Amino acid sequence: MEQALDITLTVNGVEVSRRVAARTHLVDFLREELDLTGTHAGCEQGVCGACTVRVNGDIVRGCLMLAVQADGCRVDTVEGLSDSKELAALQQAFHEKNALQCGFCTPGMLMAAQDLIKQKRPFTREQIRAHLSGNYCRCTGYQAIVDAIEEVLDGQG
Amino acid sequence: MKPRSLDEALEVLERHGEGARVLAGGQSLIPSLNMRLSSPELLVDISSIGSLKGITLDQDVVRIGALVTHAELERSAEIARHVPLLAEAVRHVAHPAIRNRGTLGGSLALADPAAEYPACALALEATIFISGKRGERGVKAAHFFKGLFETDLKPGEIVTAVEVPAQLDGERSVFLELARRQGDYAIVGLAAFRGAETRFAFFNVGPKPVLAKNAALKKSLAEAKEALKADLLVTGDLYTDAATKQHLAGVLLERAWNKLSTSH
Repeated sequence: MEQALDITLTVNGVEVSRRVAARTHLVDFLREELDLTGTHAGCEQGVCGACTVRVNGDIVRGCLMLAVQADGCRVDTVEGLSDSKELAALQQAFHEKNALQCGFCTPGMLMAAQDLIKQKRPFTREQIRAHLSGNYCRCTGYQAIVDAIEEVLDGQG
Repeated sequence: MKPRSLDEALEVLERHGEGARVLAGGQSLIPSLNMRLSSPELLVDISSIGSLKGITLDQDVVRIGALVTHAELERSAEIARHVPLLAEAVRHVAHPAIRNRGTLGGSLALADPAAEYPACALALEATIFISGKRGERGVKAAHFFKGLFETDLKPGEIVTAVEVPAQLDGERSVFLELARRQGDYAIVGLAAFRGAETRFAFFNVGPKPVLAKNAALKKSLAEAKEALKADLLVTGDLYTDAATKQHLAGVLLERAWNKLSTSH
């Protein structure tokens, strides 16, 4: 497991090549090697969802994937989706609805929520909750988060 | 190590013996590495082996590649139509971000007592295909699951695919699970099938999924619930004691019985 491997991947639209230890997790690679610290490492066992990122368009746990497994993949983080304005409506709604307090879970929440919003169809509150069931928030009690997501979904008409 | 073909993967596994572990979606193996519960010398990433992917229907048999992810099962029109039990079950498997990576083969090979697919395989009398250096063999689910995280897989072998009979007209299936929160591990679950015979496969009631054979033979719900007590040798876990699980298994049996008995 001490072996190092060369990987090349596209992170937020930019191609990066690095030599990484086989044991390095994707989330640690993003945070420590690329200084993309928006993605948070929480429980490191796949439960809390703070490390949610997109790999080839699908949301995944950054702590349950090794960086070497992302070789050749397209990875998008909360920084990339913020810069591209894809998250703008959701971020505005989170702000207005008080959908965060400490903010630790927020990047993961935004990534998971945007996964619903980009499907461009309506979802019930129950479906929103089911989709966010893998993202823990210890501050808000979730109501405001679901409110914010619902508002963005409604705004899409 | 990332082999490109099954032969290459089997070669590597043989060369490295017990020190090597097969990595598919990694949604159970990587947490166990993170928690230092497992420390293999080598990970064999089988994710680029094309022959382990895809879902095909051939003459009333659905063949599902071991690398098919939960998300792919969830989206598959073939699965929704021909294996509705799996389509129902997948909605209980963890959360979307995990379903995008975790695989059917990985779940079966791990044989977690709280996992959904082993019980489905048992209820559907699925055949699990396994490859090793000495060739391929098919094992019925009833013989594949041996105990707690224990299967018929021998060192150096890989699960390659699963075959399940397509559900025919007039056959029914229902999947039920009780969990504290959406996506949590089951407290108790049930994969039920009714065709020429009835099969109730309960999970997380003991070290491996169990067919409630006597309950399945009964004509009335009351008799079946009574028979269930002897069918299941329920063991409790950290959160739920045996008596509660036994009661909840009865609750699920009743719900499944009613669903299987009413027309859609």
